Order: sequence, then structure tokens, then C-alpha cells
Amino acid sequence: MRHARDSEEAAAALSPSPDLPLPRSIADKDLSLPNGTPVDTSSPASSSSLLNRLQLDDDLDGETRDLFVTVDDPKKHVCTMETYITYRVTTKTTRAEFDLPEYSVRRRYQDFDWLRNKLEESQPTHLIPPLPEKFVMKGVVDRFSEEFVETRRKALDKFLKRIADHPVLSFNEHFNVFLTAKDLNAYKKQGMALLSKMGESVKYVTGGYKLRSRPLEFAAMGEYLDVFALKLGTIDRIAQRIIKEQLEYLVELREYGPVYSTWGGLEVELGEPLEGVSACIGNCCTALEELSEDMTEDFLPVLREYILYSESMKNVLKKRDQVQAEYEAKLEAVALKKEDRPKVPTDVEKCQDRVECFNADLKADMERWQNSKRQDFRQLLMGMADKNIQYYEKCLTAWESIIPLLQDKPETK
Amino acid sequence: MERSREDGPEPPPLPPEEPAAEQRGRAAAMEDCLLKKIEISVSEAEKRTGRNAVNMQETYTAYLIETRAVESQTEGQCSPVDSLWRRYSEFELLRNYLLVTFPHIVVPPLPEKRAEFVWHKLSADNMDPDFVERRRIGLENFLLRVASHPILCQDKIFYSFLTQADSRLKALSATFRVKNPDKRFTELKHYSDELQSVISHLLRVRARVADRLYGVYKVHGNYGRVFSEWSAIEKEMGDGLQSAGHHMDVYSSSIDDILEEEEHYADQLKEYLFYAEALRAVCRKHELMQYDLEMAAQDLTSKKQQCEELATGTVRTFSLKGMTSKLFGQETPEQREAKIKVLEEQIHEGEEQLKSKNLEGRDFVKTAWADIERFKEQKNRDLKEALISYAVMQISMCKKGIQVWTNAKECFSKM
Repeated sequence: MRHARDSEEAAAALSPSPDLPLPRSIADKDLSLPNGTPVDTSSPASSSSLLNRLQLDDDLDGETRDLFVTVDDPKKHVCTMETYITYRVTTKTTRAEFDLPEYSVRRRYQDFDWLRNKLEESQPTHLIPPLPEKFVMKGVVDRFSEEFVETRRKALDKFLKRIADHPVLSFNEHFNVFLTAKDLNAYKKQGMALLSKMGESVKYVTGGYKLRSRPLEFAAMGEYLDVFALKLGTIDRIAQRIIKEQLEYLVELREYGPVYSTWGGLEVELGEPLEGVSACIGNCCTALEELSEDMTEDFLPVLREYILYSESMKNVLKKRDQVQAEYEAKLEAVALKKEDRPKVPTDVEKCQDRVECFNADLKADMERWQNSKRQDFRQLLMGMADKNIQYYEKCLTAWESIIPLLQDKPETK
Repeated sequence: MERSREDGPEPPPLPPEEPAAEQRGRAAAMEDCLLKKIEISVSEAEKRTGRNAVNMQETYTAYLIETRAVESQTEGQCSPVDSLWRRYSEFELLRNYLLVTFPHIVVPPLPEKRAEFVWHKLSADNMDPDFVERRRIGLENFLLRVASHPILCQDKIFYSFLTQADSRLKALSATFRVKNPDKRFTELKHYSDELQSVISHLLRVRARVADRLYGVYKVHGNYGRVFSEWSAIEKEMGDGLQSAGHHMDVYSSSIDDILEEEEHYADQLKEYLFYAEALRAVCRKHELMQYDLEMAAQDLTSKKQQCEELATGTVRTFSLKGMTSKLFGQETPEQREAKIKVLEEQIHEGEEQLKSKNLEGRDFVKTAWADIERFKEQKNRDLKEALISYAVMQISMCKKGIQVWTNAKECFSKM
């Protein structure tokens, strides 16, 4: 399933041909940041962000993409300990990072969750796409129903596609292993033993941080996200209410149609027309059922996914604030010491570097997020309009087709 | 005013000409109506379940009839209350009995059989407490009216209806059925009952459908507001959202006109609901005429028989008179002659009456049936028109829906 994109879209996907040097060799060269300070290229985070800044062209269209990922074919597995679903993950690529041009593996939700955690750990300056909700209330939702599995599959597919389309995340080694490894569990166990290269955990981001000055774009994004999440929440509630009302309407319609049929049974000449009306109403019932199902399965989950996405984004913004706060704290501490130093100490420098890398990464991701948000909502809302149009068209056809039946004179039969 | 009952149901109590003395007697009787003697009330209603004639489980309401002797002078002593439970269908039996037994009397009506379609009530049915209460009052009213009617109140069956649990009514009602009804009228009556029932049901459900549809449309109005608020924080998406929101408002408000138009359709159905009642009345009239005819014929036959017996001296039918005459001695030949003469006159009269009744009956059937055919044509035309206009309304509603959502889709595409 190709993720459809607008040609105008800023689909940042750097695709090095085999001739170009790999990211690691770039990092070996002596590089410095725009402001002149040398760059620590030992951590993967900064090397990838460097790559970002060295991108020649941000606005590539989908044609130059070289990594395609699909999630399909859900299967139920029944074991003694548990029952679960796996999905087939298919990869097609021309990238050199991959040994083969095609891969097909089976993964379960746990694996996706593991991947996401790994990405958050290893790429803390980037926005990681959301996963569909992990926990579902047993008894309320049937985890193995066709609808639930299909909704989840779509969300997982979207998740991987977003990563595949990300210029930095798509090169992440965990992602690579996820797509290719036959035995993911072995790799997982190996990963647990190693320490995170970053050496610091940026997992806890509760609470705000007192900053001297938050860069405008991040402050604006934070405010935007607050309102955005609220509005999405409202839309979610409205959509749910509409579905509820539609289902109650459907209940009444299901009683309404058959009464015409009963009446038709009493009549001679009016028998067929009344039966026709009854059948017509029945068709409208079916159309309405389809509309409500579509809204439940396609509209609501995507809406909720975006609420999760904006929460993710908020968390990353908080992380960025944290990094900036640490830097500013260190800076203050140095300033207080009033030591005569010709140069700013390296650890402070490192902090500053971290802040600037983070800012750059996040800014790029924010832009990407805004674009795909626009794209996704355009598609989502157009889809909603489409479904309603289809519903009315089905009803229209039904009613138009019985007009001749109603007008029919008995003599002409 | 004693009458023996061996000839079947009693003939009409009022002769065409009345001597003045009897008129005065009647006036006195008016004072003497049943209500002077007993208090009547329908005091309670209760839900019951039971098995009906086709052994299906059904729920119905039973009403408590209470009667109490009126204490004219004595105070302090409250006479005991007699009570028994009856359901609506038993009241119907009573009324039918009265209609048949007193065909020249305007018999008080019963409250309506079914809960009429009510617009705003979501579940208007025969079990609805308000309806049951109104019915209880109506049934009490009916009994009071009958009890205060100078002639009806004297009827023994009526009295036993009020006071005896087994009032013979069910047994009697069998004999009050028309023996040779015109099958067409029976079918028509059945049809009009069914028609009333189905149209009532249709109107009720249609009202609920309209209610729900209203809810669906109105909630979409909320989209208008939230899209507008959302558009305020967006840059490129803002315009598209804002204008789409406007279309959601249009959609939401379109339901008012749609439902108003549908009311016309509901009115057309209602008309035929009431027409069904009128149809029923015609069937009822035929039934009464037929019954009247049959009774007259029966009466004539028994008189002829009596005449024959007196003339020949043989007694073929058992009668109290016959027995008393046997016990207390035969009549004189003169007395017998006089009787025979009276009977012969009555027979002659009866034959004339029967002839004219027959003619009346045939005439009625001819005219009535012609009108019923005319009515059927009209009904089929009208209802077809109504259905077509309903379909046209639905088509218009669908087209409006398509238009609005197409507009909204365009706005979304510009996001």
C-alpha cells in the first residue's frame, strides 16, 4: 500500500545512490557548525542531524523514494500460553543498508511497541509516529474481531510508512532489524544488555521547565498543539454522537419499513407499491449501516491517532525544553564560578551542541508533521464527505427506482 | 313490563303509539334510573397477562367496576362495595348487545379502542399510563350514561355486567351474531380494522423516525462551530475548514423544512385512518340491518307456529303459557278465536314488515356496495399519490444531502 502523497509535499527523503559516501564517512571528516564551533560526531544523534542539515533538496517527490513498507495479512496464532495476532511486514528497497531488495517477516504488536521504544531511545530529538492504543478493555472490545484487527493493521501500516518516509528515522538500525530479522526476539535480548549510547535517559518529561527564552517556533507549536488536541477531542465526541444518533435512527427505520410490507399484504392494487416502499427503506437501512461502520472503522481511529501524535509531539517539545534547561543551568553555574577561562568548558559546549541539534531536528520534524497533518486531515475529511455522499447516492437510487413502480397503472401491466 | 323470553331476544320496548298513561309512567321511570339505586365507578386499572383466543400470550388492561347501593337516609352505615374486573373487550360486547337489543336507541359510545397516534409521545400504545387513565374515565362515563338512560338502565344483562362476574354476556353474544352476514361486508369490516391498525402503527413509527433523523442532522451543526474554532489556529488549512463548517451548518438546518414537508404526508395517511372508521360504520349498519331482518323473520316464524298450534290444538313447542293453560284449564273457544285473530293480524303485519325490510336491505347493500367500490378507487388513487409524493420528498432530501457534502468535500480538498 503506497502512502499517497502530494507532489507539493515536503517529502524529505534523502536517497544516497551507491556512489555517494555513507553517513558514517561524512561524519569522519572535520566538520563544524555554522557558528564555528567543532562538532562532536561520535553520537549517532548528531551525525544524523548533520545529515539533515546537509540535505541538498528537501522537496523531493515520491518518485525518488527507495524504501517501501507494507503491513498486511493478519493471522491469529493460538498457543498454550496465549493467543495473538501477527502481521506480515513486507519491505521493498534499493538501499545499500539492506542486504536484499525484498523482505517479508511476521511481527506482532509487541514488536511494533518495542520498535517505537527503541526509536524514542535512540532518536530522542525526533518525533516518533504514534502506535494504535496498546491496551483494550477485554470484554468491551473483541481483540480478535475482523474490524478491530483491520483497524489496527491500518494504523500499524501508517506507523511504518511514516518511519520509512522519514529521512533520519528510516536509517535507524533498529528499524532495519525490525524489517529484516527472521528472529527479532534474539536481537531484542541482545539489545537489552547494551547500554544506551546516549548515556542519559530523557524518558521522564513531566512538568515544564523554566527557560530563559523559548525559541518562538517551539512556543508557538506548544500553544498550537494545546488547542489542536482540544479541537480534535471535540470532533471525536461529535463524530461519536453522530454515530450513536445514526444507529438509533436505524433502529426506528428497521421497524418502519416492515409496516409498509404488512400494509401491502392487506391491499390488492396497492400491494406492490407498498412492498416496493418497504424494500426501499430496507436498502436505506443497509446504506446507513455501512456509513456508520465506515465512520467507526476509518474515521474515528485516525482522529484518535492524531491526538496521540500531538501528545507525542508535545513530549518531544518538553524533552527539548529539558535539554535547553540543562544547558542554561550549566551555563549559569559556569558564570557564577567567575573563573577566568579563555574558552567555554567542553561539557557546556556539548550541551549547547545538543540544544542546537535538537532544535534543528525538531524544527524539521515539526514542518514534516505539519505537512503530513494537512495531508492526512485533507484525506480524512474528504473521505468522510465521500462516505456521506455515497450513502445519499445509494438512498437516491433506491427511491428513484420505485417511482415507476408507484406510478404504474394496473392496466399497463 | 314483563315479557317472556321464549321467542328469543325482546322486541323493541317502545310501540309506535303510546297511551298518555304510559308516557307519564315513563317519566316516572326516568326518575327511577339505576343511578338512583346504586353508585357505579370504574376505580382502578391493572396490567394483566394471559392467553388469548388463539392461545398466544398477550398483555391487556383490566378495569375494576365497583358498585355500591345508595344509602338514601341512613348515615354512618356505608354499604359494602361490590367489585369485579373487566377488560375493554367485555365492554365492547356489552355495547354490541345494547346496540342490537335496542336498535332505536342512541347507545352511548365507548372510549377509543386504540391509542391514537400522538406526535410527541415516543411510545404511545395501549399500555401507556396516560391512555389507560383516560380510558378508565371513559369507561366509567359509559357505564354512568347507560345507567342514567331510562330504558337501557333497566336491562338485566347490563345489571349483571355490573354485578356478576359471569354475566352470560359471552354466551349471549353468540346469539347476537348475524346468522347470514353478507360475506363482503364481513371482509370489509375486517379490512377496515386492519387498515386502522396498520396506519396507526405507521404514523407512530414515522414520528419516531422523524425524531431520530432530526437528532442526526442537528448534531452535525456542532461540526460547524468546531471547524470554525479550529480554522483559527491553522494557516493553510484555515479557509477550507471554515467554509466546510459553513456547509455543515446548512446541512444541520435543512432538516426543519424536510420534516415540515413530511407532515403533509402524515396528514394524508391520517385522513385514511379516519376513513377506515367511516368504512367500519357502514359495515356496522349493514350488520344491524341484517340482524333486524333476521329477528323479524324469526319472530314471524314463531307467530305462525303459535297460530298453527292454537288452530290445531297441538302443542309442538314448550312454553310457559302452554303449561299454565294445561295446568289451569283450557281456554274457551271464544278466547282461542280472539287469540288467533290477533296473531293473524300480527302475522300479516309482520309479513309486510319483512317484505319492506328485505327491500330496504337489498337497496342498502346495492347502494353501499357501489359507494364502497367508488371509495376503493379513490383510496387507491389517493394513497398512490401520497406514496409518490413521499418518494419525491425522499429524493429531494437525498439530493440536498449530496449537494451539501459535495460542497464540503470541495472545501476540504482546498485544505
